Amino acid sequence: MSFVGRSEAERRAMLERIGAKGLEELWAAIPEAFRVRGPLPLDPPLAEYEVARRFDEWAERNADANHYACFLGAGVYDHFIPAAVRSLAARSEFATSYTPYQPEVAQGTLQVIFEYQSMICELTGMEVANASLYDGATACAEAAHLAEGATGRRVVLVSEGLHPHYREVMRTYASAGSFDLREIPLEGGTTSVAAVKRALSPDVAALLWAQPNFEGLIEDGVGLTEAAHAAGAYSAASADPVAMSVLSPPGHDGADIVVGDGQSLGVSMSYGGPLVGFFAIRKKDVRRLPGRLAGVTVDLDGRRGYVLTLQTREQHIRRERATSNICTNQGLMALANTIHLALLGAQGMRDVAVQCLEKAHYLASRAASVPGVSVHHGDTPFFREFVLRLPGPAADFIRAAQAKRILAGVPLSRFDRSRPNELLVAATEKRSKDEMDRYVDALTEWARSQAGARVEETAWRS
Amino acid sequence: MNLPKDLRYTKEHEWVRVKGAEAEVGVTDYAQGELGDVVFVELPQVGARVAQMKSFGTIDAVKTVGDLFAPVSGEVVAVNTDLKDDPSLVNQSPYEKGWMIRIKMTNPAETDALLDVNAYEKVLGAHA
Repeated sequence: MSFVGRSEAERRAMLERIGAKGLEELWAAIPEAFRVRGPLPLDPPLAEYEVARRFDEWAERNADANHYACFLGAGVYDHFIPAAVRSLAARSEFATSYTPYQPEVAQGTLQVIFEYQSMICELTGMEVANASLYDGATACAEAAHLAEGATGRRVVLVSEGLHPHYREVMRTYASAGSFDLREIPLEGGTTSVAAVKRALSPDVAALLWAQPNFEGLIEDGVGLTEAAHAAGAYSAASADPVAMSVLSPPGHDGADIVVGDGQSLGVSMSYGGPLVGFFAIRKKDVRRLPGRLAGVTVDLDGRRGYVLTLQTREQHIRRERATSNICTNQGLMALANTIHLALLGAQGMRDVAVQCLEKAHYLASRAASVPGVSVHHGDTPFFREFVLRLPGPAADFIRAAQAKRILAGVPLSRFDRSRPNELLVAATEKRSKDEMDRYVDALTEWARSQAGARVEETAWRS
Repeated sequence: MNLPKDLRYTKEHEWVRVKGAEAEVGVTDYAQGELGDVVFVELPQVGARVAQMKSFGTIDAVKTVGDLFAPVSGEVVAVNTDLKDDPSLVNQSPYEKGWMIRIKMTNPAETDALLDVNAYEKVLGAHA
């Protein structure tokens, strides 16, 4: 039978088999309001040149990071990507290669995956890394799943310092019965070791925490890990790959699982995706590793060769009893990570991280000096991102800043409606002093207008 | 093929050696031959509860993975930790050094449902 398309005869045979008179009968459940009758309401066709012009016009209306000073973050960051990353990753040998099931014809792809895994291990301080997963969020869910299987316990504690979207994805997995989630609220901006200790019990499989956390603050990785271990639970961290170049990576803090999103390593922001998840563990759990694993071996003549290894855990062999239903990896994005890391090297990564750290701190301290503005939990160490408390709605400031070609940050109201005046601000190595000073000028001007508005409001009331 | 007469069997190719209230469990010579080189055996921890004909672990060969089924219900009282270092014991000595777990039976009458050597040979005959 052909893989795509059905002949009229095949369609009739299938309908007959299920006892339906026609396709209309199968669609009967779709309400009339949602049915499209007649041709789709589309514009008339355009010539190729006209289409290109129209797209260009639309694109020019975007407030994008190439034309605006971008202070957006919240999981996706505006880091510099050397041109070599794209030109190498786009080579057709990589871009068009199929999944490397046949090692004898896929040595290049397999070697890239092997190098990628090795770099992720070095970055996270862990022993084994897989060939990548879809994104940081699914990597967190898989971490919970691994811990559940390894410990035989069902409850997964999740710090509210983990990205709200990641927690949503975990709730989706949990709703399918994989594990039970319990969220630990932040105290003073970070995950409290005492609160974790209170929540730990013999049915807890893992504690999942983020380094740095969603609000940019640095967590006590050793304290959280020791608390989890004392209760027989796994310590699983979602860590930022750039931060790990200067902070103690969770692997050095004793974590059992370190995951995260690799977007910061040579993958463009692209409206939030595609992203790429990394997943690193200790050797003891290698047979529970979700996804793919490339290994190095020697052939009969003693020559080095790369293979997919431990495939019996994977879905294509083990079917419904696989360690995970993820049987592919984010190959091109992992390739971009590998090229990016290789180009920058350890020192280059440290340089990027130090610039992020210094620029974010410069911006935070200048912003905090604006009347009416403060840095939330400003005494707690942070990395590249911080929360500004504003004298009015963050959405207002974002609009005001946009008029000055500044993307001011991500409003926390998007995740928590009770925080309308808070703005999550990130500064990467790309932000110049001039851009940050322009940011502070825009903030000063807007804050003054807010103060004016308040005075007017008070005057009107009295 | 080696099929000891004093053991009981399951149609999933586990063997059982009943010793009083305890049942020792492994996989048969036929099973290890079909799997090929065993590279890993995942077993429960001592104290785990197992139920008759429910999976208690997995066995990895180079090209496949199989579930291990508990022939009887009860509590795991011993696990063959030697298999961790040398899973090939399952190939070399399926009925002795390759044993997997010992179960303290909660319902010894369950052994009545197990196959004797003749019945197991018939199962194998059907496979041949």
